[in-house]
Amino acid sequence: MATGIKDKVAIVGMGCSKFGERWDSGPEELMVEAYLEAMQDAGIEPTQIDAAWFSTHIDDIGTGKGGTPLSLALRLPNIAVTRVENFCASGSEALRGAVYAVASGACDIALAVGVEKLKDTGYGGLPVGNMGTLNPQWSPSGSAPGNFAQLASAYRAKHGVAKEDLKRAIAHVSVKSHANGAKNPKAHLRNEVSEEQVMNAPMIAEPLGLFDCCGVSDGAAAAIVTTPEIAKAMGRKDIVTVKAMQLSVSNGLESQHNSWDGSYFHTARIAAKKAYKEGGIDNPREQVSMMEVHDCFSITELVTMEDLFISPEGGAVKDVMDGFYDSDGKVPCQIDGGLKCFGHPIGASGLRMAYEMYLQLQGRAGERQLPNPKIGLTHNLGGAPSQNVCSVTIIGAEGA
Amino acid sequence: MAEQTVGLTGFGGYIPRLRLQRKAIAQANAWVAPNFLGKAKGERSMANWDEDSVTMAVEAARDLLGPDDDRSHVDAVYFGSTTMPFADRLNSGIISAALTLEDHVRAIDVSSTQRAGTSALMQALTSAKSGETRNGLVLASDHRKTKAVTAQELDFGDGAAALSVGTDNVIAKYLGGASLTVDFVDHFRGDTEEFDYNWEERWVRDEGFSKIVPRAVKSALGDAGLKAEDIAHFVLPSVFGMKFIAGLAKKCGLNPEVARDTLAANCGETGTAHALVMLINTLQTEAKPGDKVLVAQFGGGCDALIFEVTDKLSTMSGKRGIAGSLAERVEENNYMKFLTFNGLVEWERGMRAEQDKKTALTTLYRNEDMLMGLVGGRCTETGVIQFPRSRISVNPNKHTVDTQEPYKFAEKKAKILSWSADYLSFSMNPPNHYGMVVFDEGGRIMMDFTDVETGNVESGMEVRLVFRVKEVDEKRGFKRYFWKAVPIPASVAGAQAAE
Repeated sequence: MATGIKDKVAIVGMGCSKFGERWDSGPEELMVEAYLEAMQDAGIEPTQIDAAWFSTHIDDIGTGKGGTPLSLALRLPNIAVTRVENFCASGSEALRGAVYAVASGACDIALAVGVEKLKDTGYGGLPVGNMGTLNPQWSPSGSAPGNFAQLASAYRAKHGVAKEDLKRAIAHVSVKSHANGAKNPKAHLRNEVSEEQVMNAPMIAEPLGLFDCCGVSDGAAAAIVTTPEIAKAMGRKDIVTVKAMQLSVSNGLESQHNSWDGSYFHTARIAAKKAYKEGGIDNPREQVSMMEVHDCFSITELVTMEDLFISPEGGAVKDVMDGFYDSDGKVPCQIDGGLKCFGHPIGASGLRMAYEMYLQLQGRAGERQLPNPKIGLTHNLGGAPSQNVCSVTIIGAEGA
Repeated sequence: MAEQTVGLTGFGGYIPRLRLQRKAIAQANAWVAPNFLGKAKGERSMANWDEDSVTMAVEAARDLLGPDDDRSHVDAVYFGSTTMPFADRLNSGIISAALTLEDHVRAIDVSSTQRAGTSALMQALTSAKSGETRNGLVLASDHRKTKAVTAQELDFGDGAAALSVGTDNVIAKYLGGASLTVDFVDHFRGDTEEFDYNWEERWVRDEGFSKIVPRAVKSALGDAGLKAEDIAHFVLPSVFGMKFIAGLAKKCGLNPEVARDTLAANCGETGTAHALVMLINTLQTEAKPGDKVLVAQFGGGCDALIFEVTDKLSTMSGKRGIAGSLAERVEENNYMKFLTFNGLVEWERGMRAEQDKKTALTTLYRNEDMLMGLVGGRCTETGVIQFPRSRISVNPNKHTVDTQEPYKFAEKKAKILSWSADYLSFSMNPPNHYGMVVFDEGGRIMMDFTDVETGNVESGMEVRLVFRVKEVDEKRGFKRYFWKAVPIPASVAGAQAAE
């Protein structure tokens, strides 16, 4: 009988590059930037790392395939490097690999690094890619905003929300993230915006305007994990442990079976339920101190509040407008600016979310530090609403 | 033994809904060609960017067959066109696949002349008469590319016609006909050329139409054993105007008043389809049982066929046909859009359009009924319907294995579950509309939308499905086809009222 991951693995070092349009850096420099910070934080030598997990999504414009790009960039001591890829949830997969390796007892110390160099395409937005030889012959050749925007049409139809009301609620989601991002020196977008600005921005994919879409950024993030025992032996206090780590992957139900109504993430609900069970959370609305969710688009964040069982079904619009998820709200969300403003270098995003939770739990989040958080949740999504992978990870103070 | 009656047993039509106003064309070009301002009247049909002669023929055939026909009775397909998308890939084979016809169907492409439509029809009639085929489908369709600032871009239209040929339930009995083959080159399109090269109109009119058509008409009348005055409807496409055609009718011994509308005002000449387009329009608007209709098409000589309308014609009253298609129109005043759709403008499509569109032909063939015919699966154990078909059922309650039978989606009723109008991804006609389409009987498909009115799409809206060009691989000259959803705006009010 599986006993779950709770408190079996501690995070002892994390690093994150400055996110943004890093014209000065290739993926190699970004990885080094995150890695050196994490190594300094952990206070270990490269020879102490037993194995590494490396996440990057778009290999044709990024680092290329395989584990070698990480090993070469960091000059790792010929240890195992496994490249993982699971769309935009790739960063969470790298962390999961490292955490599971330590939990299994196969490694004492494992490294997870995620990176994405997006700004070498020559145009804005995510690169266009093919998914095999069959998919492009029938699937719409759309975009990420066009896929996620569909949540809005289905959510409005299901809950009877007026177009204008939903547009304003998702605008508030972005306004909040911009306010948070402004306080984060590593964030890509550091300007505050008003609801009116968001609502009047140029349309990208109906009803999502420019400010409803996250930044397309370059960046890298890294984590070093070990057992709580080794962490203590290293002299670490205020130990941060992994409480739960769940991943749910679509099996075609949403895209092929008429039981899904298009307004929510089927996988997120499954991953959240499992994560709460694994982490011993009975009442997430009360017990979760803070969250970093996958706000690739404002509408994604809004419906995710319900998928994570923080807002009641159909209640996210009210909670958002009430400021429940603002930095001074009950469950602050996207304290670091989120994908929206910190940025979204795909392979790094899951690790970047953990980075903010880790800093907050250790009281090291500077100007945006929350008062005494105990439990942080990261939600990392890849794919489209109708077909995706969804990771829910819970990180907290040891014993919380 | 009574003589076997062979003739037309049904019709269908398709004229693309966009109608480019000739005024918009003429005014845009007046600076260089003020002489065309005199032709700035009426409108011409204009295919969407994702339509070609094959997709329009499929639409006309679907109109003919209707949604409930299982189509297994169709044993021959004749496709006439001079604008077939493939020089060497059976275009009528693409049509057959899209219509999910049985693979024992005899499919033949007829091309290289404006007579291709009527010649295809003659072949079908001959074959039916001999008993070789029982239910032939004759399709003619054209989407002719014209240079900007030409009379042709004003005169031509895009469209398709479908006729079924057989011996049962004949709506128009075939009485006889004739073909005249004369290498009279009024225009030509060399095999490496995109555009027609045209000789002087006066010569074409006086030496071509005026002399060749009467000879064919005379032969056809002789073959049918009829006199010229027996003809109640004279169907002849020509861009020289109704006055000229009436005069030509007279020259043939016909009553000038039997010359039928060329649809120049509201459609334009649809190439090889046009004789059949005009014939169908005549059957829908003017023909009565007992009327004798003479259909002629000029081009490298002339075809002439004579039919007698039967009382079965009334069974076709519910068909869209050509008359219905002409009524389903949307005015288009943007000449630039016409030029862009037809590849006449080198425009900046953005880097997103650079994506390689290479089609894996192996994958296409492995999934042929799915991709060409929109065939999914139905679980014989649980009844769950899904797209695409798969070995393990998507049914969350029971993932049955190897229980699915083919299930056709193309004619099923469906509604929009979710959608977006995407301004980011590349589209030939932005914004790029797509969304999840849910079928009333079960199953759903995330698919492209087309023929959309921007700002007039909503969840719950009904859609109908159409076979269209999905991508054009310009690098290799390949076209990828798939099905798209056309939202029906009027359906939302109906749906809400029902609630």
